[in-house]
Amino acid sequence: MSEQTELMDFDKAIELFEPVLGFEVHVELNTKSKMFSDAPNPASAEGEAAAQEPNTMVTPVCLGLPGSLPVVNEQAIRFSISLGLALGCEIAPSSRFARKNYFYPDLAKNYQISQYDEPIAHDGEVSIELADGRSFRIQIERAHMEEDAGKLTHVGGSTGRIQGADHSLVDYNRAGVPLVEIVTKMITGTEGSAPEVARAYVSAIRDIVLALGISQARMERGNLRCDANVSLSPRGSGKLGTRTETKNVNSLRSVERAVRFEIQRQAAILHGGGTIVQETRHWHEDTGMTSPGRPKSDADDYRYFPEPDLLPVEPSKELIDELRAALPEPPAVRRKRLKEAWGFTDLEFQDVVNSDLLVEIEQTVAAGATPAAARKWWTGEIARIANADGVDAASLVTPAQVAELSKLVDSGELTDRLARQVLEGVIAGEGSPAEVVQKRGLKVVSDDSALIAAIDKALADQPDILEKIRGGKVQAAGAIIGEVMKQMRGQADAARVRELVLERAESLR
Amino acid sequence: MSESHSLDSEQVAHLAELARIALTEDEIKKLSGELSVIIDAIAKVSEVATPDVPATSHPIALQNVFRPDVPGKTLTVEQALSGAPEREGDRFKVSAILGEEQ
Repeated sequence: MSEQTELMDFDKAIELFEPVLGFEVHVELNTKSKMFSDAPNPASAEGEAAAQEPNTMVTPVCLGLPGSLPVVNEQAIRFSISLGLALGCEIAPSSRFARKNYFYPDLAKNYQISQYDEPIAHDGEVSIELADGRSFRIQIERAHMEEDAGKLTHVGGSTGRIQGADHSLVDYNRAGVPLVEIVTKMITGTEGSAPEVARAYVSAIRDIVLALGISQARMERGNLRCDANVSLSPRGSGKLGTRTETKNVNSLRSVERAVRFEIQRQAAILHGGGTIVQETRHWHEDTGMTSPGRPKSDADDYRYFPEPDLLPVEPSKELIDELRAALPEPPAVRRKRLKEAWGFTDLEFQDVVNSDLLVEIEQTVAAGATPAAARKWWTGEIARIANADGVDAASLVTPAQVAELSKLVDSGELTDRLARQVLEGVIAGEGSPAEVVQKRGLKVVSDDSALIAAIDKALADQPDILEKIRGGKVQAAGAIIGEVMKQMRGQADAARVRELVLERAESLR
Repeated sequence: MSESHSLDSEQVAHLAELARIALTEDEIKKLSGELSVIIDAIAKVSEVATPDVPATSHPIALQNVFRPDVPGKTLTVEQALSGAPEREGDRFKVSAILGEEQ
């Protein structure tokens, strides 16, 4: 990026302009098969691994081959209705698919099957909470079903992007993955909290889809993607500004940063007498900036029309009632219940909520860790590493791995110190905690005879300390414990070593 | 009636750009005429549509035709790529197209 981007101080930007936000969040559903074909779904738990090899999860429907016809996946409909209900939406008694026509090789058909004027869900509301306890209500315009597109790799360009590329390579594994796109109404009144509101909203959507169990919801893998619309209205003008749409925002942290960046960028341009171009912009995680993409085309350039290969979806009242009855509890109720069940203080619980790790901690507890240990690992060491690497904590390890690690500590097989090394190994992709323990040889030395041999040697080497311990100066044992831990390369339980040191000092008398 | 449905050269050029088809001025002129004839012919349908005929996207009164969520057989990579004009490794190779993902 060679352009020089001028930014206005954030507080000054908010003083001069009112930020107006809007979000489009795409959720990849984790059904076993795709939206319109029985190809396995790479966004499902089962499909993730197989999707590594290009063009291995495609059928004639995914490739738009002549004569192939789409058929709607019933589970995708159920998931979409559940999501609509969880977003407080009305479910349309009749909704239809439409063709969105565009010519780009990420879909082989030259159109995407989507929904246009008759989405499955509309007019909802999501309540979000900020770190300081304030809450906002985000109005949902609609949630509609569509298919995901394939993945393009641009070859020959210096940056891996389309500009300057010689050619592009296409993998259609992702083509046809079921998506729900959630569109908000215009969000005003967020003021200086706009970046925080953006993050809290996407986090709330993530919590909802995880609680419903309808998506893997890993932002770094694109299971959940956010496009953020930002515009600025000069204070007192009563006029809406021109908006930009920032795409490619793949972590909660980036959502917050991208919105903040756009507010500062647009404010600088408007204050300098310039105008904002209505366009798509791309977020760059590495530089923390957005860069211009294509100018936004008008909606009717897509020439939407009803998809003639598919029939209307008319969910019965019984189905909607059934799915409504099966909805997980609302987020506020859930938070209250978990706080009581875990016995956390207000402060501890707020810490968990603010870290956006409630679901991870809940799943870690469900996998067998104690609530205190789950909280300690996620908001402590894992959050620290995530912060240092500039990624979301949830992208580093799974709740099951953390639970396994925590159980190894509880059973005395690992000390905290060793466990942190094991965590490093897990994050580095060396396998499950048990596998890392095996590979790195990190087990605690629980064989007392090995410890006793080391202790006896250390005591013999330092007779003065042995005298002190015998003389009742128990704190002198620290030097021996330190020496033994060193001999054991830290792989011993210090409390046990201490017990044994005192025992041996006595028995050597 | 027919005049209002006709396509002018500008609209044809715009459509060609959306479809990424390069057309010469002569082709645009020729197609404006041909496409207008087609559009006008199809427009005749609306003359017989009375207000008591509801709009439909499908001739058969069916809805909710679904398939169970069960993965089936996929094409092999070789089958998938067999119709590709060009390939590189196990991917389809396409010329770099200006524009962005939608």
